Amino acid sequence: MAPPSAKRSGSNKKAQLGLFAGYLAAGLGATLGVLLLAISLWRPETFNGLRSMASDAAAPVGEVGAAGRVGSRNFFEAIAGYYNAGSKNAELEEEIRIARVRLAEARALEQENERLRAVLQLVEGEVEPVTTARLIGSTSSSARRFAFLSAGRRDGVAPGMPVTSPLGLVGRVLEVGANTSRVLLLTDTDSVVPVRRATDNTVAFAEGRADGSLRIRLINLGINPLKEGDIFVTSGAGGLFHPGTAVAMVTEVTDDGAIGQLLSNPAATDVVIVKPIWQGNVVADMEAPLDTLEPEGDETGSSQDEE
Amino acid sequence: MERLAPRARRDAYGSKINRDHSPVLAYGVPWITIMLGSLTPLLPVIAPAPILPPMGYLLLLAWRLLRPGLLPMWAGLPLGFFNDLYSGQPIGSGIFLFSITMIALELLELRFPWRSFWQDWLVAALFIPVFLLASALFSGTSLGIANLPLLIPQLLLSVVVFPIVAKMVTLLDRFRLTRVRRIG
Repeated sequence: MAPPSAKRSGSNKKAQLGLFAGYLAAGLGATLGVLLLAISLWRPETFNGLRSMASDAAAPVGEVGAAGRVGSRNFFEAIAGYYNAGSKNAELEEEIRIARVRLAEARALEQENERLRAVLQLVEGEVEPVTTARLIGSTSSSARRFAFLSAGRRDGVAPGMPVTSPLGLVGRVLEVGANTSRVLLLTDTDSVVPVRRATDNTVAFAEGRADGSLRIRLINLGINPLKEGDIFVTSGAGGLFHPGTAVAMVTEVTDDGAIGQLLSNPAATDVVIVKPIWQGNVVADMEAPLDTLEPEGDETGSSQDEE
Repeated sequence: MERLAPRARRDAYGSKINRDHSPVLAYGVPWITIMLGSLTPLLPVIAPAPILPPMGYLLLLAWRLLRPGLLPMWAGLPLGFFNDLYSGQPIGSGIFLFSITMIALELLELRFPWRSFWQDWLVAALFIPVFLLASALFSGTSLGIANLPLLIPQLLLSVVVFPIVAKMVTLLDRFRLTRVRRIG
């Protein structure tokens, strides 16, 4: 059955005009859309201010959601804890035994690390984080991979700062609002991170593939030395990302590199750390004589951290 | 005097005596719900790939198919702009696609003026893939043909979810038309 046809103008002049005006307005809207789209594809940063204002305005909603995410997980975990408590206890005791051994090993490694650093006279203090914040949402229905962060200019966040979780690199800050900022996740197709294999100096680029995995492209082509299970960490080349932050694990070896699975899945992280932009010891390196540059200190130091 | 049954003065939208529709509700609910739908990126889901259906667009389709003429034809401009602010798409992509959708639905309605569940779903199943593909094209990502399977889960989910959204919109439409305003 047809709906009551108020749409049909018939010979009514006024209705005809109204219908025409409707098409005209919608057509103008579409044209404006095309123009804006062209501008924002040509100069992507044009509307950053508008967007960050909007996400600032809606941030309270996201904050509640993020708190809910953490809360609900704990809630279900708490219920699940009552079941299989006995077997869990046995498991935990086993884990503690293993953990004690690991702890001793880690202490030994730490000592060795310090000794090696002293040998290299490497001054590498802990990086002071800019702030800690929550990921309050992501563009889950777009082909772009952005996340919203619950910290902004007021917390000292600036564009370009790397965002990490305890498990590894998450992305970098793209736009900053007063209280929120937009993070380019590693899996976005525009994200390229210089990485190296944790065990040696096989350098590569990790590019996003927009589906939760990364394409690892080796810089030196030749025989592909990668194996499944290799861990890649940031190399620090080009600045921006601190060297030695875990990025991805190889899951599939391809012709020119590998497909890697992201180590710090942003979906499983509630709190992330925003670090200052890394600029390396550029000045110190430039002043140092050339022969001391060869053994490249930061690589040795950070690969020790990884193991 | 014969007494009427108490239900006789009521219908699905409430009492018919001394009450009227509220213009704020009647005209505001579609706009508000579509804008809330556009806020889905602020849900606490950090997706590694595009998964969630574009709720703002689905709600626009559902409202437009349920109540032609309720949203003016230029509604695509403000609603698309609001969607762009949060969706991660470059500004303009939502404005263009929402406006084009309003025009296309209008023309489609001239040709097929009927209404049925299956027809509405079919229309949605035609419009949603076009919207998602065009969004991916406009998003500025360097997605090739090889990466298109990436969109398939989201596409299927959106098409399957549409009848549920349409049902929700009919419930919201009933809420929209409840007589809450007291006359006199």
